Amino acid sequence: MSDLKNNILKVYPDATFEEGDNLLLVVAEDKWLSVANDLKNKLGFDVLSALVGMDWKDSLGVIYYLTSTSHDWQVLAVKVLAQGDRDNAFIHSVSSLWKVANFQEREAYDLVGIKFIGHPDMRRFFLRNDWVGHPLRKDYDANPDLNPIRLTDEEHEDDTRSFQLDENGKVVEVPGKVFEADDYVVNIGPQHPSTHGVMRFRTAIDGEIVKKVDVVSGYIHRGIEKLCEGLTYPQTLHFTDRMDYMSAHQNRHCLCMCIEKALGIEVPRRAQVIRTMMDELMRISSHLLSFGCTAMDLGATTAFFYGFREREMVLDIFEKTCGARMSMNYNVIGGVIADIHPDFVKDVKEFVRIMPSRLKEYHTVFSGNIIAKNRLVGVGMLSKEDAINYDITGPSGRGSNWSCDCRKKHPYAAYDMVQFDEVLLDGCDSYSRYMVRMKEIEQSCRILEQLVDQIPEGDIRAQVPKMIKLPAGRWYQQVEASRGTFGVYIESTGEKNPYRVHFQSPCFNLVGVMDLTCKGNMIADLITIGAALDFVIPDIDR
Amino acid sequence: MFDFGKWTSAFNDWLLGVGMSDWLAVIIECVLIGVAVLGVYTVLALFYILYERKLCAWFQCRLGPMRVGPWGLLQVFADMFKILIKELISLKGTDRFLFKLAPYIVITSSVVMLACLPWGNGLQIIDWNIGIFFVLAVSSVGVLGILLAGWSSNNKYTLIGAMRSGAQMISYEISLGLAIMTIVLMCGSMNISDIVNGQADGWYIFKGHIPAFIAFLIYVIAATAETNRGPFDLPEAEHELTAGYHTEYSGIHFGFFYLAEYLNLFIVSGIATLMFLGGWMPLHVTGWDGFNNVMDLIPSPIWFVLKAFFISFVIIWFKWTFPRVRIDQLLAFEWKYLMPFALANMLLMTLCVAFGWHF
Repeated sequence: MSDLKNNILKVYPDATFEEGDNLLLVVAEDKWLSVANDLKNKLGFDVLSALVGMDWKDSLGVIYYLTSTSHDWQVLAVKVLAQGDRDNAFIHSVSSLWKVANFQEREAYDLVGIKFIGHPDMRRFFLRNDWVGHPLRKDYDANPDLNPIRLTDEEHEDDTRSFQLDENGKVVEVPGKVFEADDYVVNIGPQHPSTHGVMRFRTAIDGEIVKKVDVVSGYIHRGIEKLCEGLTYPQTLHFTDRMDYMSAHQNRHCLCMCIEKALGIEVPRRAQVIRTMMDELMRISSHLLSFGCTAMDLGATTAFFYGFREREMVLDIFEKTCGARMSMNYNVIGGVIADIHPDFVKDVKEFVRIMPSRLKEYHTVFSGNIIAKNRLVGVGMLSKEDAINYDITGPSGRGSNWSCDCRKKHPYAAYDMVQFDEVLLDGCDSYSRYMVRMKEIEQSCRILEQLVDQIPEGDIRAQVPKMIKLPAGRWYQQVEASRGTFGVYIESTGEKNPYRVHFQSPCFNLVGVMDLTCKGNMIADLITIGAALDFVIPDIDR
Repeated sequence: MFDFGKWTSAFNDWLLGVGMSDWLAVIIECVLIGVAVLGVYTVLALFYILYERKLCAWFQCRLGPMRVGPWGLLQVFADMFKILIKELISLKGTDRFLFKLAPYIVITSSVVMLACLPWGNGLQIIDWNIGIFFVLAVSSVGVLGILLAGWSSNNKYTLIGAMRSGAQMISYEISLGLAIMTIVLMCGSMNISDIVNGQADGWYIFKGHIPAFIAFLIYVIAATAETNRGPFDLPEAEHELTAGYHTEYSGIHFGFFYLAEYLNLFIVSGIATLMFLGGWMPLHVTGWDGFNNVMDLIPSPIWFVLKAFFISFVIIWFKWTFPRVRIDQLLAFEWKYLMPFALANMLLMTLCVAFGWHF
């Protein structure tokens, strides 16, 4: 920790620090761009893991979470206060340094209303462009008369803008256009069989070749982060199952861990093992769905059903123990809500026994098929550098040979007591991403096999206070969800409800590379690239 | 083999016998045949919908339709009535005349092709010297309907679907034609009844050995593409273009595209049967007289239909197994591999015929 401090002081002598869950560096806005540059290029913080727009009532600002891949996955938080008054608050954009900031800053602009100077495309991300106000501000007026349900189309959809500072230090708006005047723009979504939810891609095409993909998001934005601010901590838990519903256990695990960390609760070993097993079952279920959907998006409907046949077994296991097949609501603060079903061990053993032969079947039906290979190999190239720059974690990042598995980098729950391999492939294409998932199913089965016979006896839940109040402070917790690193940021002022909750979802970053990976490919590839990246829309929209 | 021609000529004689003039008899016969063709068309379409749904369900570890009637047999009738009573939605900004014309072009072309097939011994509606050539020509008219449907809908998806369809069907027609011409070369006639009769002593797929077998494979691949079925179902590609060229159609107009797709499957299977598998000729094995006599007892239309169903089964099997190819791969496959191969194969067949290497 002190090494890091010294290194930072070398490049930025005015640095001030706040201790906490992670070391927090406070940077003045006018120095931020050069400090960010040094942090990335000199100190090796090459991943922007999270960007949280904040409203501290007297000031607006952003908390950045940076991760260094070269220095033992070290995490550094950076706090930057915005300059200017509330109506014209601005911070310099870092989207040229970390490409992932492109969408993240648009989200912060949308919800908190901070203008990012130098951002090339400063449009709202979730809300309509005629929305009044910024919902995550503490003084946001939620009066429905201000934002009635509008039944007309958005106007000026093609207009974008960027903000620059003039010589007097005033923010000026530079208008721009999303597409060129003579682009042939095809609208894919929001109602489309292959966008895996209500996602919209405005796609400029030249014949069958994709020239540009403009991601239009927010069709199922529920404002979960805003809702959390009005609820107590136990009440916030159920939202996590409804973001990436294919990572319900992992997401909820993450939020529980973050709250447990803040409260200093030690979770019983039995609960840890059960949580780990549930996470892995969830991962298998998610990857089976992904296999099915990739096959289906390629037109191989039969393979889809094969994937669902086995997924059904996982869902049955969930149903017996959690009482639900989706939105399981199983993890609670301090442990899990109920003990495992008496059949759990038997069912998991049976599942682990049959899965290898079924995987072989999938490979025969789909993975080895010449048409499937022609459609996936060499399509949607994403280099390792880009994967890091866009913070593409999970199977998609590992398909670009980026070792980014949270279970290995920061072992949590029972991951330190099991043997498993981090699957890495260097194809950087859709096929690698697909194959990483198939191999991760094997690894997940391996983890389950090791844990199923050694579920320790004991409590399933730690004692937690009746009224959960987090001490004042901020916490950030990451887990490896099915689609990548899922992060939870909680800032508390000591009340019974959080001051600010931010969910850093992996799919948000995945959709950010659609333009990069699809450019130059064909329309049909856009669908397969999307399927191989495997984003889930509620996780993007939150 | 029973010659159904006896029945038809007896009917003709009876019409003339009751004192009708020639032209009236011809008109009555034409109307009856028209009704019969449309009836067969509908029944076959209904059968094919159920056939495909059941087959695909079994491939996918499902049961398929089970609720309406025993084993879901009445499901197709329910579907048909549903589609008949559905509203024909007319859209803003479409070219109304062409929009409404398109499904009729598609369905007409497929009905006309159906009429050319030899259903059994003596059961053939049109039989003339350019029979198979006529079928190929008519099949091309269907593309026009698809192009019009895509264009007149005034929708970007349908337009892309139609353009794909045009490119695909025109390309694969070449291979399809070449495969058929290979057999015509061997048979020496384009007349459909000559082609069938030429196979009385052995089906062409056996008689023509290697080149005929290659031609059969090329034909099946090209026919799958020609009917827009998976893995070549790009014009509809529901995962990319929602439904391709017929996205904007509703009610029975959509039903026409749907029926035509299934019937085209039967028709290409029927042509494969006709060209390679002996048409309505029963299966004979030289020397097995008892077996051959039993085979002869099965009426010729049943032979024809069963063979066609078998080929359809294979094509349906393709669809529910393979992923979809991409448009550039599709065209590259045709122009770089399939067509040169078909041409070389035709040359091989020419040599076979010239030197009398076939049976």
